[in-house]
Formats: sequence, structure tokens, C-alpha cells
Amino acid sequence: MTLHPILAALKKHKAGVTLITLQIALTLAIVCNAVFIIGQRIDRINRPTGMDEHNLFLIVQLWVGAPTGDDAASVDKLDSLQRSDVATLRNLPDVESAIAINTTPLINSTWNNGIGLKPDQRDSTDQAAMYFGDEQMIPTLGLKLVAGRNFTASDVTHMGFQGHMKPPIVIVTRALADKLFPKGDALGKTIYVDRNTPSRIIGIVARLQVPSVESWANSWAWNSVLVPTRLDANYSRYVVRAKPGRLDAAMREAPKALYAANPMRVIRTGSNDDSSVHSFAEIRAHAYRADRGMAILMGVICVILLCVTGAGIVGLTSFWVGQRRKQIGIRRALGATRRDILRYFQTENLLIAGAGVVLGAILAVGLNLWLMQQFQMDRMSLLYVLVGVIVLLGLGQGAVFAPALRASRVSPVEATRSV
Amino acid sequence: MFAYYLDLALRSLKRNKLLTVLMVLAIAIGIGASMTTLTVMHILSGDPLPGKSAHIFYPQVDPTPADWYNPRHPLEVMDDRSALDLWGAHRADRQALIVQSPVKVSAPGADRPPLMLTMLSTTSDFFPMFEVPFEYGAPWTPSEETGHARVAVISSDLNDKLFGGKNSVGKMLRLKDSDVRIVGVLKPWRPTPLFYDAEGGFTGNGYDTSYYAKPEDVFMPFQSALEVNDGNFFQMTCWGNGPSVPGHLQGSPCLWVGLWVELDSPAKVAGYRAFLKHYAEQQKTLGRFANADTRMLDLMRWLDHQQVIPKDVRLQTWLAFAFLAICLFNTVGLLLAKFLRRAGEIGVRRALGASRRAVFAQCLTEAGLIGFIGGVGGWLLTMVGLWLVRRQQTPYSDLVHMDAPMFFVTFVLAVAVSLLAGALPALRASRIAPALQLKTL
Repeated sequence: MTLHPILAALKKHKAGVTLITLQIALTLAIVCNAVFIIGQRIDRINRPTGMDEHNLFLIVQLWVGAPTGDDAASVDKLDSLQRSDVATLRNLPDVESAIAINTTPLINSTWNNGIGLKPDQRDSTDQAAMYFGDEQMIPTLGLKLVAGRNFTASDVTHMGFQGHMKPPIVIVTRALADKLFPKGDALGKTIYVDRNTPSRIIGIVARLQVPSVESWANSWAWNSVLVPTRLDANYSRYVVRAKPGRLDAAMREAPKALYAANPMRVIRTGSNDDSSVHSFAEIRAHAYRADRGMAILMGVICVILLCVTGAGIVGLTSFWVGQRRKQIGIRRALGATRRDILRYFQTENLLIAGAGVVLGAILAVGLNLWLMQQFQMDRMSLLYVLVGVIVLLGLGQGAVFAPALRASRVSPVEATRSV
Repeated sequence: MFAYYLDLALRSLKRNKLLTVLMVLAIAIGIGASMTTLTVMHILSGDPLPGKSAHIFYPQVDPTPADWYNPRHPLEVMDDRSALDLWGAHRADRQALIVQSPVKVSAPGADRPPLMLTMLSTTSDFFPMFEVPFEYGAPWTPSEETGHARVAVISSDLNDKLFGGKNSVGKMLRLKDSDVRIVGVLKPWRPTPLFYDAEGGFTGNGYDTSYYAKPEDVFMPFQSALEVNDGNFFQMTCWGNGPSVPGHLQGSPCLWVGLWVELDSPAKVAGYRAFLKHYAEQQKTLGRFANADTRMLDLMRWLDHQQVIPKDVRLQTWLAFAFLAICLFNTVGLLLAKFLRRAGEIGVRRALGASRRAVFAQCLTEAGLIGFIGGVGGWLLTMVGLWLVRRQQTPYSDLVHMDAPMFFVTFVLAVAVSLLAGALPALRASRIAPALQLKTL
């Protein structure tokens, strides 16, 4: 079949053809970018923190009438309160291990420091989030130690929340180690987390995300430093690893046990937002709620857009079929088979959709460039465009099928009517 | 005539129900999506002080040392000495210092655990300058301020929590370790965005939604608050060795205080700019500043500069309008097909004496009717969309609602969109040559 008659017919419907082409082009541009955004958000939602989050939960509590932590004696008092809490938690039947820690990934409460390679370095080499805890930090969080050793109980010190840290030894993440020492020989090297106090790297963990999931932390999301120091404040955070399958029981028992050991505290329990006992599954869902919302919204937009465009093609083609009943009848009377008529409309749609997707592919890339500039988004892989092109061509063929089938059923007798 | 066109339009819409439903749905969905995002934008980008924001300014100087890495000077806040110098000069009609800090609050005798709340240390002009409404009592007086009086103003939320919403003026409140007398209780007050705290979110780069949080619960005179809550101030941006006592920032090399001024005439604005510049130059000569950069934006420009509208919301708005454009193309295409299909009928009308204008008006009436029905559907979908936004846990969720102007905009947009969609098809239909059509009948 030659394309000439189709092109000639299309010329008579310039406005309609232009509109449907533009609609297909815009749909392609938006759907590609929306799917790309969905993919990026899903990657973010699923990225591992480096912790083994199963069976892990977090308790946040505040002591009532506790010392302020302004002087050494009151820091010691806070420290003994914290240590007795950790002991209480470790003794529970459903608990495997427990630690006090200043913050955790996904909760956006962060202590950052510039990291230098020389004392009193003016511009720090990189920045990192500090995690303060004891020698149980690595096993409780489920971090993977890939080089060196863990802290031992004798390494661990304590200080007030607003004290100046001077850690002689630290453990860093591999990401930070590789950034500071690109040759891969970070173990045993000295870094400066506190401007002028040397800290020796005694171990490297595979991965540990910084507390903040906000975009300002994106460039250093894996730069974490573990410091063998308990931080003493008038509040504390405990990360507890429950025995396998005992998470719910441990989450119920832990606050009760803490209250029983010392009632002078506030732990809000319950399932609402005010609760301060949360599993890491809940914390993860909460941390990435905006991303999930955005992904769902984009998904809904894509589906609706494809439906609208499909329906538009069905509507327009139906009208064209209705308009051309007589011509179809004449063609049929002159010997065209049903299949020829079906083909005609399918080819016509392929031409229109083809022009639409070519324009749409250009628009999609342009839109991506604009989003990169306006919203600091990444470059979209052309695979998205390619899949989008195939989907839209398929959509066009699917949408045109029903009206084209109706056209092919036009009887040759129509040619003789109403002449 | 219009009634007749309306009747014709209704008949035409009834003739092809599927197509009508398709067009109405396309417009309804497009309107629903764009009005949902537009309503959120409208609420987030609103003027927090309508009629007054043009007179409110945020002066900035740059006290950071020369060897200090600072890509964005002047920074959002300044050190206390510069802030107190500028404030103490009283060159503006009104002026308020701003510092936030977390504070432990309890009501003496109340049988409940203490609360950790945010306190705003400010100066007495804050309340009249930002039109803060009082339920009971009044702001503290300037003499209480200079006398370092232990007084506070509390939010209506806190008053409900601690005193059951009763008049608590004169009652005592325990802040950290000090007893403080309540002199005022605010009415529920929710400036959107929380404009005066905009200096706190400098790390957000447009991805921060904290500008839509609630105001502080406790307000105290600047100096009294620094004494009462000493040691609890955030040392976010410091150089050198930082403060000698942690959390005690007076006189320290840290940036932590914001200053707002009200300037009621353009002459005063120019005067204040000159004063600010002069101050920075003077401090540079004294060797205290390394650089004499200053900046003073009015409230709305400052919010814009701080990118308070979350980027996700802006992205969604763009997408929603692209979406509306697609729905528009869809409707134009379908209307075009529909009107041209009726070429014969239109030809007869033209031959019987209908003018082009009459045919155009008739087609446009039909398009407008589709738009109106689509608008009703779009409004319903917008309500669903806003309900979904409210269910998301964002700081601004509780603010999102449709107000009268947005309700009006919904229908104007829907009818405008469908008239726009109908214009081209109607124009084409009105150009149909009657003779040609009659011949084929």
C-alpha cells in the first residue's frame, strides 16, 4: 500500500492532525520525565542505610528533673542514668543488644563536622556526620566492618552533650575513607575531626548513611564517623535490636521496663506521631514520605495522561471514520478488502503517532534539561524515551483498532447511498 | 438567542454521550490537577502580612572573617554585637531582634512532665510590627525589656495545654530553671509562611518545608531570654574556636541573631540603607568586618530569595499545567471533529440566513457548556486532590483549603479553557461555505 493517499487525506485535516500530534508529543515528554522522577524517588526510598534494619527499633526519651549537664558532676550523673537504662534494655528477654547513640540514619537530627587531614586546616577536606556510642554500636546497628577492628570497652569514654570531642580513635565509612585517602590506605591514618586533635582510623565500615535524608546532605550522604564516646544529655536515644521475630514484643516491653527501672522520664508510647518508640520500618516510611507521595502522584498523572490521549485518539478516529463512510464504501465497492481498510487507518495512526513521538522525544529531552537546570535533577537515560516511544506507538495502535475495525465493516453499499 | 443556543448545545451533547463524557472528563481532570497544585501554591506563596509586607525589611551585614569560607555572604543572620548596634541605633520606625532556642517549659504546680518547646527571644516591637493578635494581656513594655524583666508572652496552644485556655496573665511559668510571669496570651496565630524565622532554614535550598511550621510557643524579651535559657542557644555558624562556653553566644564569633525593621516611607528606606552601609564601612575600618557587603530586602523579596516555596510543589504545579495543556489539545481536537462533522447542518443554517457570527456563537456556547460541566467536575476533583494533600504529613498539610478566590478561579479557568478550546473549532465551523455543503445533501 502506498502512503500517498493517506498523506493526501491527512492534509485535509491539518488542524486535527496537528492537535493529536502535539498531544502525543506532550504526553510522551511528560510521561518519560514523570517515570524518570518515579524511578529516582523509588531508588531513594529503597537505598540501604548500611544498618540491618530488620528487628531494629528506636526509643527517644527525656528525663524529668535530670541535671543540666553543665558541670562534670552532673554529666557523670546523666551518664550513670544512661548506662543503667542500656543495662535494663540489654537484660530484656526479647532483646539481643541495645545501645545509646546520639542519632541514627533517617531521623534528620545531625551533628556534622568538617574533616581535615592536617591540624588547624582552614578549609576542611570533606564533611561527615558524627555517631557517638560505645563498642556495641557496630553489632547492634548491624554494620559491616570491612577493615581494621571495632572499638573495645576500654576505648569508650563519655562527655556532656555540649562538650568538645577529642577522640583519639575513630571508625569511618568506606565512602569517607576513599574520599580522604583515594589510594585506599586509610586504615591507621590520622584525620582531624576537631581541627587540632589527631584521630587515628582504626576501622572501616562498609556503609552508614548520615542522619539527614534532605537534599542538602546528598553530596556527603555516606560520610559517617563513629566516635567511641557516650554523649550525655537530658534526653537519650536508644537503638535496640530485638531477637528475630520478637520485634513487636520487645517494642512493647522496652518502655515498660524503662519506666519500671526509673519512672522520672517521658517516653510517649502509642501508635500516633507523638510516639517515641518506632521500628526502623516506620522511621524509613516517615523519612521518605514526601518522596513516596511524589512517586504516587507522578504514577497517577502518567496513567491518566495515557488514558486521556488514548481516548482522544479513539474519539478523533471515530469521527474520521464517520466522516469517510461514503469514501470507504466506494473503496470497498472498487475491490478493497476489509483488511485494506483496517490497514489504512492503522497506517494513518502510525504516521501521526510517529510524528508525535519524534517531536515528543525532543521535547522529553528538552524538558529533562530544563528540570536539571531548575530543580537540580539528574540526566535522564535515553532508555526512558525509547520505552516511552514504544508505549505511545502501541497506545496509538490499540486506540485506533476499534474505530478502524468499525470502518472495515462499512458495507460497499454505502457508496451508492445519498449520492 | 442564548437560551436557544443552550438548548441546541444540550441536544448536541446528548447526541453523542460518550464523546461528551470524554471531553467533560478531560477538562475536569485537567482543572482538578492544576487547581489542586495552584491552591497549594496560592497558600504557600501568600503574603503573610498583607498591606504591610512592603514596609518590612530584613537588613544583613557580613561579620565573617576574611579567611572564612563563605560562598553566600552576607549570611542569613549576624553576630549579637552587630545586631544590637543596629537595633540600638533606633533608626527604623520599628525593629525587632530574633533568636530561637529550645527551652524546657513547665507550669509550677502542674502535675505533668515538662515540655521541650521553642522560644523566640525578641524585642517588644515584634508584636505591633507583625500585627500579632492578643487574646489576653499585652506585649511587655520597653522598660520591662531594658530592666531584664522575667516576663513572657505565650501562644494560645500552650495556654490551652497548661491553663485550659483560661486567662493566664499574671500566672507563672517555669522556663529551664527560672520563674517567668506571663504578661500576654496570643490568639491562635499562624503566619504562612513563618516569614520572620526564614533565616533558620538556610540549608534548605528550596527543599525545606519548615517555613510552614507553627510559630514559637514562648516569646521573651531578648536579654531576659538569653539569661534564662543560657547555654541552650544553637551555635550553628561559628569560626575560630567558637564560643568559650557552649551555648552561651553573647560576644562569641558566631552568627545567630536576626533583625527585622519596619520603614514606613521610601525616604526612610533609602536612609536606612545608607545607615546600614555606613555601619558596615565603619566596622570594616575598625577591623571588625572583613567585608562591607550589606543587603536589605523587603519581606516578599526576602521570602523569594530564601526559596521558601518547596521545589516539589513548584514542580507539581508545572506538571499540572502541562497536564491541563494536554487535556486542552484533546478537547480542541474532539470539538473540531465534532463541529466539522455537522458541516451539512451548519450549511443549511447558513443558507437559511444565519450569519457567521451566529454559527460561531452557537458553537462557542456548546464549548462553554462543556467547560462549565467540566468546571463542576474539576471543582469536585480539586476537593478530592486537596483532601489527599491534607492527608500527607507535611508541615503545611493543615493549612491547605480552598478559599473563595480559588473557588472562583476554578470556574473561570474551566470556562476560559473550554472557550479557548472551542474558539478554533467554532471559527472553522463558521467558515463553512453553505453552497458546498448543500450540494452534497
